[in-house]
Amino acid sequence: MKEFDYIEIRVPAKPQFVSVIRLTVSGLASRIGFNYDDIEDLKIAASEAVTNVVHHAYKEEEEGEIVIGCALYDNKMEMMIADYGNSFNFEEIKSKIGPYHPEESIAGLREGGLGLYLMETLMDEVMINNDGGVTVFMTKYVTREQVEKNVERITT
Amino acid sequence: MDVTIHFKEIDHKLFGFVEGEIDTFTASGLRDELEAVKITEGLEIELDLSKVNYMDSTGLGIFVAFYKRALRENGKVKLVGLSNRLQRLFEITGLSDLMDIETDKKVELR
Repeated sequence: MKEFDYIEIRVPAKPQFVSVIRLTVSGLASRIGFNYDDIEDLKIAASEAVTNVVHHAYKEEEEGEIVIGCALYDNKMEMMIADYGNSFNFEEIKSKIGPYHPEESIAGLREGGLGLYLMETLMDEVMINNDGGVTVFMTKYVTREQVEKNVERITT
Repeated sequence: MDVTIHFKEIDHKLFGFVEGEIDTFTASGLRDELEAVKITEGLEIELDLSKVNYMDSTGLGIFVAFYKRALRENGKVKLVGLSNRLQRLFEITGLSDLMDIETDKKVELR
């Protein structure tokens, strides 16, 4: 069995679909046990990434598509947001993505203002690939109550 | 999903009540409404964000723009009723140090 469930959504690169993605991400995140604040963080991070693609697509005056891939693990969620129309191979793209370099990503994404900064602050890991289309790859870990693990079972 | 803003003028003070979700889709309406506000010298404006249940950098940008215009035109803007989530957004971006912001708690204490 695969170690994660993979969900992919494709929507036109139009602003009215940003909230749809946000709600979907929220639903998926609650499936694997993220708490309220973490779900809100994931919603903002996803919206920022999708908003960047929407703005980019509008500037180019072409009606592109956004592909959002979500991988659900036991303890984390990986999100990939790409601005090319074709479906992508999640694992292939993941293997190609390198560490994020501040200089190149700012040129590609900074017009969103604080968008990239928020993604990096709200997620545990953010990587950006500017090769061809822009691909944002983000990870957030589920934080569970640490207490539970350390509590010893008391037998009566 | 949309965002609305209602204005009320009481004793030469302008109150704006924002309600809904602010993202890149709903932003333009809110931006237009705020841009239409006539700021006269010394005008105090209070924007109540207690009913804003979602906001991202798009919303931050709108309020920053409005705040800047008010400063330029010698008005005063205050954001009130921020939920913990919104408060956090203003804090991590450093905006809470630059803008006049009141959280929900402080409003309740008054």
